[in-house]
Amino acid sequence: MTMPFGWVTPLSGIVFGILFGYVLQRGGLGNGCRLTAQLRLKDWTVFNVMFTAIIVAAAGLYVLQFAGFVQWSDLYVPTTYLWATLLGGAFVGAGMGVGGYCPGTSVVGAAAGRLDGIVFFAGLVLGVVLFAGLFTGLEPLLNAAPGPQAQTLGDLLHIPNGLVLVLLIAVASIVGWLSRRVKTSNSISCAD
Amino acid sequence: MTSRPIWSAHVAGFALGLVLLATFLATGHGLGASGTPTAIAAAASSAIAPAATAGNGYLGPMTAGGSDPLNTWIVWEVIGMGIGALLAAWWSGRMRLRVEGPPQMKTTGRLVLALVGGILSGFGARVSAGCTSGLGLSGGAVLATAGFVFLIGFFVTGILVGFATRRLWQ
Repeated sequence: MTMPFGWVTPLSGIVFGILFGYVLQRGGLGNGCRLTAQLRLKDWTVFNVMFTAIIVAAAGLYVLQFAGFVQWSDLYVPTTYLWATLLGGAFVGAGMGVGGYCPGTSVVGAAAGRLDGIVFFAGLVLGVVLFAGLFTGLEPLLNAAPGPQAQTLGDLLHIPNGLVLVLLIAVASIVGWLSRRVKTSNSISCAD
Repeated sequence: MTSRPIWSAHVAGFALGLVLLATFLATGHGLGASGTPTAIAAAASSAIAPAATAGNGYLGPMTAGGSDPLNTWIVWEVIGMGIGALLAAWWSGRMRLRVEGPPQMKTTGRLVLALVGGILSGFGARVSAGCTSGLGLSGGAVLATAGFVFLIGFFVTGILVGFATRRLWQ
């Protein structure tokens, strides 16, 4: 059995998209008030959902690799361009602080009837146009300080990826334990 | 209004991790989002100003040779995302037309903030070539350095902005 299966069709996009949107909505991540509350450290849903998901997916891939079903080199591993990756993350973080969402969660929020989610999504399109207008001037910055192609944290730290996984589980467990009193409230208000 | 409770963060995270794992095993890559506003920008720009779009270093290659940026996997995925979120919101009794944002602000102010936030986010996701889903979550799942560098920039700046604007939300 060779994985990945190479099922990259419109139907595959719709199927995995439906699952993605369903889970984010049921996890309460289409709520801009909850997302910004994470940034004020009043709600820990975003961090706990993201890190649990990363660990479950990474552990699954790691076990399947160990069993010989999948190879890391067949998976898409993005390459770091230190300044662009860090600065882009900073802009997306600022965008969430100001506008309440990130690109994916704005779709989820909009689908539940939030007009601010629709407007945020329209802003994303304008942001891309702005980027395209400035592209030539930005190019040196975008390509600056490239890391090795498809580098993993294990490559960076010269430790096995299994140990990286253990460290991530430790960090997620500590944060999960520290934030245990801050329960994910079922109907968070923007004033919380 | 009665609504079904949302999942606990660890249950939602576990479910999201399984969806992400299945996506990697089927396609070889993870889940994303910001590629779709990018595709919409390329298609719209090409329809409004074809010559300027073709000459643009970023949008030009996406529309070159009559290729349709809207018929790409990420666009189908985001359409699915909208459908899945709509089904979940309807099923859990959380479908309601509203404008959310800082409680003290009027509707117009909230929408202006959403637009400005969207512009920052759309611009930023092109600088880093990925957003919280495509780079943070999916990059994190393959233990990519890039995913964690992105998440550091994202959370540090987000928290700084969150604290700087916290009075607005009281």
